[in-house]
Amino acid sequence: MHAPAPVALKILVAGGFGAGKTTFVGAVSEIKPLRTEELLTEAGRPVDDTSGVEHKRTTTVAMDFGRITLRPELVLYLFGTPGQDRFWFLWDELASGALGAVVLADTRRLRDCFAAVDYFERRGIPFTLAVNCFDGAARYPEEAVREALDLDPGVPVVLCDARDRESVKDVLVTVVENARGSRSTSAGTARPAACSATTPPAGW
Amino acid sequence: MTAPEDGAGRWYDDAAGPVVRPYAMTRGRTVSTAEDRLDLIALVVAAEPLTSLPGGAHGLTDRSLSPEHLDIADLALRSPQSVADLATGLDLPVGVVRVLVGDLLAAGYVHVSRPVPPAELPDEGVLREVIAGLRAL
Repeated sequence: MHAPAPVALKILVAGGFGAGKTTFVGAVSEIKPLRTEELLTEAGRPVDDTSGVEHKRTTTVAMDFGRITLRPELVLYLFGTPGQDRFWFLWDELASGALGAVVLADTRRLRDCFAAVDYFERRGIPFTLAVNCFDGAARYPEEAVREALDLDPGVPVVLCDARDRESVKDVLVTVVENARGSRSTSAGTARPAACSATTPPAGW
Repeated sequence: MTAPEDGAGRWYDDAAGPVVRPYAMTRGRTVSTAEDRLDLIALVVAAEPLTSLPGGAHGLTDRSLSPEHLDIADLALRSPQSVADLATGLDLPVGVVRVLVGDLLAAGYVHVSRPVPPAELPDEGVLREVIAGLRAL
């Protein structure tokens, strides 16, 4: 191979069930389901109803997968992490080599994203917390969200609309900038909100 | 890859689990010899024996290769493909793609390029380009 090596980068999109991960990935890329066959773990037992299929040892896990071709040799991949706790064994592989992560939060169910925040904090993976502004959900200032989640000052908190391409692009730019910043020092500043009540993006 | 539903009956049963169908393509192997190199975004690039074939991968006479091997090789001939691209493109589970790519790698038909090792960031220039590229989308 004499041609310059192509570069592939990945960003993870995590968050609780229904936080908008699929919508987020679909807003900027053609979304495709990625199938993996995985062993059922002990953790799956209480949740998966396996009655009648007691011998079932594997399960198909589908993840959202999006590809953004910036140029033919520079591709950014988005992976929506499986929303349920019992598929966490997949995360370690997903997280390995990731440029960074987005944790999508729904302010009506903020606790749903605790697990994702914990996961990335423990592994030192730079992440951006993106509050998905659902219609009808109360808006909270960034600082309130930061406090509620006890986030490090270096973690960017942005508001976004997962349906809006421009808004999702802004979140991804924040993730990449955060990765750049985390390289030199641990310094990072909260980015301006990607959307807010005063400047609603088109389509609200 | 479907079992005949009539006549002799099903050749698999529930105890065999859902693993039977996809992993039949890998002759039952679930772990690739090159597992640690085949990250989801590891790029599979066609190598010399393939690139010099006029008719693409389906011109190969290697009888050890399955149709799925050839499909992977043909996609890689067109442009570098990540493991995840191949899985979605061919509608195969990731584990199956890993095993098949491992075979192609061992036989020298493809290279696997892993540009950015885990725990290392791409260089500043690449990150700047990604930011500019995202803004221009």
